[in-house]
Formats: sequence, C-alpha cells, structure tokens
Amino acid sequence: MSDQKKVNRRDFIYTASTVVGVVGVGAAAWPLIDQMNPDASVKALATTEVDVSLVQPGQSITVLWRGKPVFIKRRTENEITEAKAVSLTELKHPEKDEDRASNPEWLVMLGVCTHLGCVPLADKGDYNGWFCPCHGSHYDTSGRIRKGPAPTNLEIPKYEFVNSNTIKIG
Amino acid sequence: MSEHNYQPKSKFGKWFNDRLPLLTLANHLTDYPTPKNLNYWWTFGGILTFCLITQIITGLVLAMHYIAHADLAFSSVEHIMRDVNYGWLIRYIHANGASMFFLAVYIHIFRSLFYGSYKSPREIIWILGIMIYLLMMAAAFMGYVLPWGQMSFWGATVITNLFSAIPLVGESITTWLWGGYSVDNPTLTRFFTLHYLIPFLILGLVVLHIWALHVPGNNNPIGIDIKKPSKDTVSFHPYIVVKDLFALLLFLILFAFFVFYSPNVLGHADNYIEANPLVTPAHIVPEWYLLPFYAILRSIPDKLMGVIAMLSAILILAALPWLDTSKIRSAVFRPIYKQFYWILVLDVLILGYVGAMPAEGLYLLIARIGTAYYFAHFLIILPILGKVEKTLPLPMSISEPVLGGSLNAEPARSKENSQKL
Repeated sequence: MSDQKKVNRRDFIYTASTVVGVVGVGAAAWPLIDQMNPDASVKALATTEVDVSLVQPGQSITVLWRGKPVFIKRRTENEITEAKAVSLTELKHPEKDEDRASNPEWLVMLGVCTHLGCVPLADKGDYNGWFCPCHGSHYDTSGRIRKGPAPTNLEIPKYEFVNSNTIKIG
Repeated sequence: MSEHNYQPKSKFGKWFNDRLPLLTLANHLTDYPTPKNLNYWWTFGGILTFCLITQIITGLVLAMHYIAHADLAFSSVEHIMRDVNYGWLIRYIHANGASMFFLAVYIHIFRSLFYGSYKSPREIIWILGIMIYLLMMAAAFMGYVLPWGQMSFWGATVITNLFSAIPLVGESITTWLWGGYSVDNPTLTRFFTLHYLIPFLILGLVVLHIWALHVPGNNNPIGIDIKKPSKDTVSFHPYIVVKDLFALLLFLILFAFFVFYSPNVLGHADNYIEANPLVTPAHIVPEWYLLPFYAILRSIPDKLMGVIAMLSAILILAALPWLDTSKIRSAVFRPIYKQFYWILVLDVLILGYVGAMPAEGLYLLIARIGTAYYFAHFLIILPILGKVEKTLPLPMSISEPVLGGSLNAEPARSKENSQKL
C-alpha cells in the first residue's frame, strides 16, 4: 500500500503538466470573458453635467447617466422635515438623510429600484416618496426603502455642484 | 436493440454501412419496439421536435432581416412585419411558436409526472429534459428582448438584475452581462448571438435525450417493465409515426388559430412601444409560460431569497427521481398520488394566474400559499407518500388486463409481487 502511494517523478510531471494546461486554458479564456465587460466607449460616457436652474421646489427632473435614469429632486420644506424626522431604527437600510443629501434641498439619486432595476414612480407609495410598480417597493422622501422586496435605499451616485446651477454626475 | 446486426440489402448500402452505419441507425429508429398502449399524451415528444425545427427555420429567416442594434432593432421588426414578403407570417409563427413550444413542453413534463417516466431507469432522460427546459427559457427570454420594445427592455432589466442578488460579486456579474451600466446596445447584440446559438444546443441535447430514451425504451401508461420486442410492443414505424403525425395535425390547428386569428393575444401591447430606459411600464409581467416562477419570485419579500426560491422551483425537478420514493411508476396504480398530482397541476395554474396579477393583498397571500405548497409537494409529500401509500396491484404485462379479462387477474397476484415491480 505505502509503496503505491509514494509520489514518484511521473506523478509530479503529470500534475505539473495538468496545472500548466489549466493555467494556459484559463489565460486563453480570459479575453473571451472580459470582452463582455463595459468597453472604452461605454466607460467614456461616465460623467454628465445637468443645469438645474429651472427646477422649482417640489419638482423633480430625470436625466440619463450611463444609460440609467437619475432623479434630481428639489425637495420642499415638508419633505425635508419628514425625511429628517424618521428614526434610524425604523429603517431596513439605516442611513441618515444628511448623509444622503449633503445639501438638503437637493436629492440626487439613481432612479433604479434596488430590487430588480425598474424605474420607481415619483410622489407615490405609502411614504410620499417613490413607488416601484414592478414588485411594490415603497421609498420615502429621502429615497430610503421602507416597505417591499428591495434590499437597499436608492443609490446615491457620485456628484458635485459645479456652481449653484449645475450638477456634475459621475 | 437487438437489430444491431442489420445488413442492408443492396451492395452499395452494405459498402456504405460498413464505413458509416447510418442505415443501421435508420433501421433501429424504424423497428424500435414501442409499448403498444401508448396514449396521446405520448405524442408530444414528436410535437416538440416539430416545434424546435419550426423555431430554427423561422428564426433563421427572421435573422436575415432583423438588425441587432438598439437604434434599429425596433424598426427592423416593423420592417419585417410590413415590408418583407410573408414577414408577418414568419414572425407570427416564430413568436406564437415559442408559446406553442412551451405549451407542448408543459404537457410533456406533466405526462412524465403522471406516469412516473422520470423514475429508474430513466433519470438521465429526465435530467436532460430539465436541461432542455432551462435552455428553452433562456432562449425564449433572449428572443423576447430582440424586438426592443418596452416589455423587451424592462423584462431584460428585471431578469438580468436577478443576478445582482448574488452576494459580493452580483453587481460585477450584472455589469458583465450588460456590457455596460444598464441594458443597452451591447446587451442586445450579445442576446441576439446567444438566442441564435441556444436552439442548436437544445438540438444537441434532444439527440442525447432520444438516445437515452432508446436505451431502456419508452415508459408506458401502466408503467411496468415490458419485454422488447414482444406481444406488448409495436414497431415505431408505421404505428407510432402515424399516431404522432395525427396528433401533430390536431396541434397545428391550435397553432394556426393563434397565428392567423389572434397572433398578439399571448403577447403584451406594451411591446409595440419602443424601449425607453426612463419609463417602466406600469404593469410588467413576463410571458405566460414563466408566470408560475414569477409568482414564486414575488411571493418572497427578500431579494436574494426570492431569486433562490425561483431557481430552486425549477432545479428541484432535477432531484425528482430521488425525491419520489415510490417504486410504482404510473399514477394509475397510486390512488393517493393521483390526487396530489392534480392538486399540483391546480397549484401551478393558480401560481401562473397570480403571477399575472399585481403582487399585493389577496394575490400575494395566494402566491405565498401556492409557493409553500409547491415545495411541500416535492420535499414532503412525495418522499413520505412513496413509503406509506397502498398501491394497487400491477398487471404482469400490457396484454394481460385485456386478454386475461377479469376472470383470473385479481386473485392470481399477491400484493408483494406487485410491489416488486
């Protein structure tokens, strides 16, 4: 028994050549897999500048960024107070309103439901925020998930105010 | 398969067959001994082969006119409908053909469930069948995306987002599937390529499915092992061929009804609106053949668990030969199983119905009960039932109940030897 189990030179060559073969096939397969990732032209569209000077309090605009809708909402005083009043313990995905909207008047977030990617409808649902018609997720005035199957709050993209009228997303 | 020593009559045939035994194969398929009591539920294998060939031929023609580009796809489909000679006909056959394909495959699957065709020694046939079914769903889903209408776009968005439920790597996988940060042109072109590829993978699996079938031979309505060839069998040609063709003709009447009289009734009006990434249709539902699984997905209030439940609902079928512990194949001899079988049929139909309804209130409750029952059927009822059910005595052969009459059939056999079979 012990004789048969001894590692000999042939076993080593056999294992080593298999390993080299697997690595080689893997290296050859990688370009074929990676070609499906976003290409240079898709990545080049990574930032969008938006003029928000015409948006009145209570109004919301939707712009396209990287093929996805971005909601830019100028919130009313009531909506801001409502968002701030919520205690974190009530939330499925606890985030403070201040952390979601650095300038409380402007809420900028991806209009993509975190469940399965539909576009939620504005001013609908049980929390005066957004409601996703696909599978019934309710978001509040801060875009936080309150009810339904979505696991997380609406995502906040990277953005900045270039000046008081222009937001740069991405 | 005793006919492997077949010898062609002509000299050329013999010369050819010695080098490539195609004639031996043809002879095997012609003489293939088939149980003589196969009923019309057994004709759906042939019907499904017809459906696959129809989809491949019409799809090939459509691909000559279709343009897989986000800016042009929608209008190229309208071009097919309005300008291409018989384009409307070919597209309607292809679109309704998918529904007919699924109708036939569901009957085929439920035939197996009733007559226990998935049981030993036919597990591999069954698993190959489940693989074909999964590929069919993938092909149907990607095909539905190609017209680039609103339902195409949002269906693609919802289904690809299922992968984002995977912990840690989910987001990278969805980005990889999309080739971008949302469903867009790169997604469309790759879906078109895969939609073209999958039918040929299915064709390959169908060959294996039939090959695996020809090893033990067909199951039959009374589910007993039979001697082949014997008094219990007939040759595949002409008996089964003619019966299959007759059933196919009846099936084609239904097919033609949809194609010519209500070609859009199985689709959604929203798909005649071009894809718009800024607006989700108010009521988004998949095609009818995916509704039961959609209901299961929506019945679970957690993203990851919902996706897992939906996939399990399909994959659990692959484990069926081992979950069903009963040695008796046909439900004809399983009085209790027969009732649970019909409850399962009803359950799946109800899930399909609530899958098409909004996921709220009573519909959601029904979907949850339906989902729980679906899993209970496979994980609890079947394993236990096989151990406790009192089955009816099996006949010794197909001919026996007919030729033996009722005079000596019942008392001649004890319970034990019926269990052994």
